[in-house]
Amino acid sequence: MIKTTPGVPRRTILDLRDLTVSFDGFKALNALTLQVDKGELRCIIGPNGAGKTTMMDVVTGKTRPDQGSAFFGEVNLLDLSEPEIAQAGIGRKFQKPTVFERLTVFENLELSLWGDKRFLTSLFARLTPPQRDHIRDVLDVIGLTAECRALAGALSHGQKQWLEIGMLLMQESELLLVDEPVAGMTPQETERTAELLLSLMAEHTVVVVEHDMDFVRSIAKRVTVLHEGHVLAEGDMDAVQADPRVVEVYLGG
Amino acid sequence: MEGEAPGGASLIALLVVAAIAVPILNQLVPASSPLHVSTYLLTLLGKYLCFAILALAVDLIWGYGGILSLGHAAFFALGGYAMGMYLMRQIGARGVYGDPVLPDFMVFLNWHTLPWFWQGFNHFAFAALMMVLAPALLALVFGWFAFRSRVTGVYLSIMTQALSYAMMLAFFRNDMGFGGNNGFTDFKDILGFDLHQDSTRVALFVATCAALAAGYLACRAITRSRAGRVVRAIRDAESRTRFLGYRVESYKLWVFVFSAVLAGIAGALYVPQVGIINPSEFAPINSIEVVIWVAVGGRGTLVGAAAGAVLVNYAKTFFTGAFPEVWLYALGALFVLVTLFLPRGLMGLMDLVPRSSEAR
Repeated sequence: MIKTTPGVPRRTILDLRDLTVSFDGFKALNALTLQVDKGELRCIIGPNGAGKTTMMDVVTGKTRPDQGSAFFGEVNLLDLSEPEIAQAGIGRKFQKPTVFERLTVFENLELSLWGDKRFLTSLFARLTPPQRDHIRDVLDVIGLTAECRALAGALSHGQKQWLEIGMLLMQESELLLVDEPVAGMTPQETERTAELLLSLMAEHTVVVVEHDMDFVRSIAKRVTVLHEGHVLAEGDMDAVQADPRVVEVYLGG
Repeated sequence: MEGEAPGGASLIALLVVAAIAVPILNQLVPASSPLHVSTYLLTLLGKYLCFAILALAVDLIWGYGGILSLGHAAFFALGGYAMGMYLMRQIGARGVYGDPVLPDFMVFLNWHTLPWFWQGFNHFAFAALMMVLAPALLALVFGWFAFRSRVTGVYLSIMTQALSYAMMLAFFRNDMGFGGNNGFTDFKDILGFDLHQDSTRVALFVATCAALAAGYLACRAITRSRAGRVVRAIRDAESRTRFLGYRVESYKLWVFVFSAVLAGIAGALYVPQVGIINPSEFAPINSIEVVIWVAVGGRGTLVGAAAGAVLVNYAKTFFTGAFPEVWLYALGALFVLVTLFLPRGLMGLMDLVPRSSEAR
């Protein structure tokens, strides 16, 4: 966790203001304003339909908002296409694990390497020794060294999730958006995932969308609660859980 | 493993043997010998090999790229027409009407000057460039619009089919200046060599072997490169690839254009061997047949696609000779059976062989 030195302003890495997205009259996001600081591990929670995935879609360029602004550092995200946003340093892990099932674990990481991604460059690309080392390091971090030659489709559900996180690490993304990383995981896998995400905080900013409250409690310092497309509450887990509005819509039921 | 394209060495070896043995058996072994390869058979084999090049093109875009093109006959025909235009200009004053410049069909239509787009086709180098550029340009324009608009799956297939059909209707028109429904035929010579000479036929056969080998090696190099892995990644999880920072439409476009060029070269080699090109080469059914060859051989294997093209066309030659009315039913049944029982085609069967020997 980055400590804030008094007098030095915290550096905002993701700055969303007044984002509104409607689908056939339904406002998936309703004037959503949210800031994330560099080096933070932020958890975003909220009931189904609160706008969590839509927010990620806007940040990664999949959905264009009707109103509002979205900045990544100095970069205006609303001007960029999906590949441009990825190249600018935002990586996304999907809710359902999405790895390239018919490529090997190693090849999955190779394709995620940061760098020039144009066709002719990839046509003649060869892995350099530092790139190989980088892939080996990431394999080590995500614990898949032994599976490196296996087809990604043959991995267990948990391993696929880790591979996908590894793919984000290969991209050298500054900001990682992670959608429900522990859905469908065993308790051991969940614990391993929490360790993995905590280990990333040093070099990356991580935004996690998650339903599993125990998991959120175990990793997050700061939690944002979304409800009906806007921010309902923000703060540490205890403060958020004590907030009567939050209790009403989400936690207490 | 997929992407490793098994059997490549055997294919190259087979083509080298064919390129040496078939000409010898045709030229040096007397016609009375049972080993003699007739010029008819030689030309038939050359035709099959042209289809094998076309099948490689479709396998690259469909088997690896996941883009089911039902319009590759259009690129094949365009390459063929470019070659046909060169061959027509070579006829010169030897045509029925004896016009030194205008091909017969233009004289027949009472045209007095050569249309602008026929200029330059008397030079082989220019025509050769057009055999590559015409299909490339059509693929570039079509692919640019289709991929940029993110048209995928069955919609894209229908569009490619419509493209091919539209091309056919256009080429049927006499006003287009491509000989209308008769197309081009009665070719005399190519690069100064008489097309009716057996030696010219042999040279064309050897050139086709070389083109198939080169086409295979190029496709294999693409599929084994990182770009090839990106193309397979796009096939299996397109939006994931996009979020990794790859411009999916640009990858699709490159592979589509390369595939179209390969199809165009196949068409250009086909025309001098069969001696005719007409708008029926654009017919939608032709594109669908190519897909069946690839499916029968095994999509995503390259070698399987080439083998499938030769085998299915051999079967076609046999059936249309012996039981002409049965052929289309046999082809349909073949496609259904392969889809049901051999989803990975004949190459899927080959995979069983090493596996059982490993088990021992």
